Amino acid sequence: MAKSTATRAAPVSEGTNLPFIYRQYPREKLLDAVYKMHLIRKFEEGAEESYMRGLIHGTMHLSIGQEASAMGICMPLSTEDQITSTHRGHGHCIAKGADVKRMFAEFFGKTTGYCAGRGGSMHIADVTTGNLGANGIVGGGLPIAVGAALTAKRLKTGKVAVCFFGDGANNEGAFHEALNMASVWKLPVVFVCENNKYGMSTSTERSTAVANIADRAVAYSMPGVIVDGNVLSDVAEASHNAIERARRGDGPSLIECKTYRYRGHSKSDRNRYRTKDEIDDWMNNRDPIARYEAQLVEFGIATAEELAAIRTSVDEEIAAGIEFAKASPAPDVADLADYVYTEQA
Amino acid sequence: MDTAVRELSYSQAIQEAMAIAMEADERVILMGEDIGVYGGAFQVTGDLIDRFGPDRVMDTPISELGGAGVAVGAAVTGLRPVFEFQFSDFAALAMEQIVNQAAKMRYMLGGAVSVPVVMRFPAGSGTGAAAQHSQSIEAWLGHVPGLKVIQPATPHDVKGMLLAAVADPDPVMIFEHKLLYKMKGPVPEGYYTVPIGKADVRRTGRDLTIVATSIMVHKALEAAETLAAEGLDIEVVDLRTVRPMDRETIIASVKKTSKLMCVYEGVKTLGVGAELSAMIAESEAFDYLDAPIIRLGGSETPIPYNPELEKAAVPQVPGIISAARDLINGVR
Ligand SMILES: Cc1ncc(C[n+]2csc(CCOP(=O)(O)OP(=O)(O)O)c2C)c(N)n1
Ligand SMILES: [Mg+2]
Repeated sequence: MAKSTATRAAPVSEGTNLPFIYRQYPREKLLDAVYKMHLIRKFEEGAEESYMRGLIHGTMHLSIGQEASAMGICMPLSTEDQITSTHRGHGHCIAKGADVKRMFAEFFGKTTGYCAGRGGSMHIADVTTGNLGANGIVGGGLPIAVGAALTAKRLKTGKVAVCFFGDGANNEGAFHEALNMASVWKLPVVFVCENNKYGMSTSTERSTAVANIADRAVAYSMPGVIVDGNVLSDVAEASHNAIERARRGDGPSLIECKTYRYRGHSKSDRNRYRTKDEIDDWMNNRDPIARYEAQLVEFGIATAEELAAIRTSVDEEIAAGIEFAKASPAPDVADLADYVYTEQA
Repeated sequence: MDTAVRELSYSQAIQEAMAIAMEADERVILMGEDIGVYGGAFQVTGDLIDRFGPDRVMDTPISELGGAGVAVGAAVTGLRPVFEFQFSDFAALAMEQIVNQAAKMRYMLGGAVSVPVVMRFPAGSGTGAAAQHSQSIEAWLGHVPGLKVIQPATPHDVKGMLLAAVADPDPVMIFEHKLLYKMKGPVPEGYYTVPIGKADVRRTGRDLTIVATSIMVHKALEAAETLAAEGLDIEVVDLRTVRPMDRETIIASVKKTSKLMCVYEGVKTLGVGAELSAMIAESEAFDYLDAPIIRLGGSETPIPYNPELEKAAVPQVPGIISAARDLINGVR
């Protein structure tokens, strides 16, 4: 049975009217969240730098700016709960509990990587912590999450499936088919749209007939909730409610996290579809990590010194991860056909 | 008579062909994901939106099935859409409209309509984009009667074949190897076409026929140069069109050299090489063969991420050289 890890120690401020996470979780978990948010950002920066230095090839999609969405959604989940992720999936992977060492190793194409060097950034996964994988296909994970929820229901595992997807994915047929089936069959799945305003260069205004992705929920008879995706507590609260509902057997929900990506879509992006002012506004005024850290200090949960110490250990973990990746062995070309089938000829 | 021709890159040649087609015919429109201000994932449409506006250079939502289907519907009713897939792999999402609708509509309706749609597919491996962004799926579509499937290998050919595709009354699928986009070559100015369904003998030789597709044409030519230094004389045929296949050119070449090797990036088995081999086996060229037919194709795996594995998953020049040498020397 999947157990919620949420209530092991006493919440830091039960009974107050502080935001949700402070009432719900112990200090240790709140600090773990800020640690992981930094870890996500530093991981992205480390990956970006390694890419520029030619140590990583291919392409990658960085989630800098979207850390609260990944972390907030994953806070109420147990390790056994499962997620499907997207091409912009490094943050989901870390928030769900993956080890950055093995993520870097994957990006470096090494055998010690989570996908044995076969998948790279776009297919990063850690099945042991419940991440069924990023996806190179926009919308590809939506029906798969519904399938995971079907398993959970049939086998009564108590698990919940969470499906991350971007705003761009809401116009794929797979989105509509997946939500409909999840609703008809009352499956324990939570659909999480990370709406960062653009699918590549195309704004939601130009691609999508409704103002909010959450408005789609009505068509599939499930709750549709909009949250500020850059406020950790708001995201975690919405996630908590949707997951509880799913665990109760009341069926799926759709959560829309309004957020923003700081970097271009992928390695190549002339940023012609958005203004510098818009980017600056999000970076300077709505940064999810800065906002969360300010709250931690304001509510007396961590001091500035403690937060600085957290950042230092994050830097150390990142540096160690990159070293591990560099030192790891590359796959043998003779093993090219490994993993095509379960039973090898 | 032959004035010095300018050089364009493969992607510039495509862009020029689209501009010429749009200038010439109001009905021609471009559709695809991020082809407007973004300029396309591979910058092939580039700044065409500035010239032709957003009504003719249309960004679609991320809706491959719907987008391809809208292009089919528009083609049937009087427009000439050129639909860009961001990666050929995403054809998988649109197979229904391509295979069940575009390919069969004219036939099912007893010839009452035509479907003059063009679909462009950036294809192939070599960019580190792994299993869902690197496939060579021309054989999937080549298996469908009603479609025409082409794989131009040079800037010259891609411009001429794209213009031929736009003029063609039937659905034409163009596979553009991503590693070719930056390749430069001579491209004549103005309007010209290169026929769909005609292979091109790119190098003449006596000892062996290599039929290659897309980027493999260049690898085969490179291998042929190396082997020429050893006194081996290789003929390289650029297939150019997967469906309908140019039987005549290939049969004539094999009759001349008595040996056939097929080189292509798609998965080796059940693909273009199988068709070429069977076509020769069924033809009068069979009696001329004095060695087994050899196929060099993609490995029986998805395309891996690791760069060394990725290279090993598709034919490379050294492998072509040694296979050709062995074949000529009777080692296999
Ligand atoms: C089926 C499919 N179509 C197109 C693409 C190319 N592509 C990759 S990411 C992307 C934009 C996705 O936008 P969104 O879902 O909003 O996610 P974001 O990148 O903003 O995180 C596109 C068009 C793809 N990978 N798969
Ligand atoms: Mg988006």
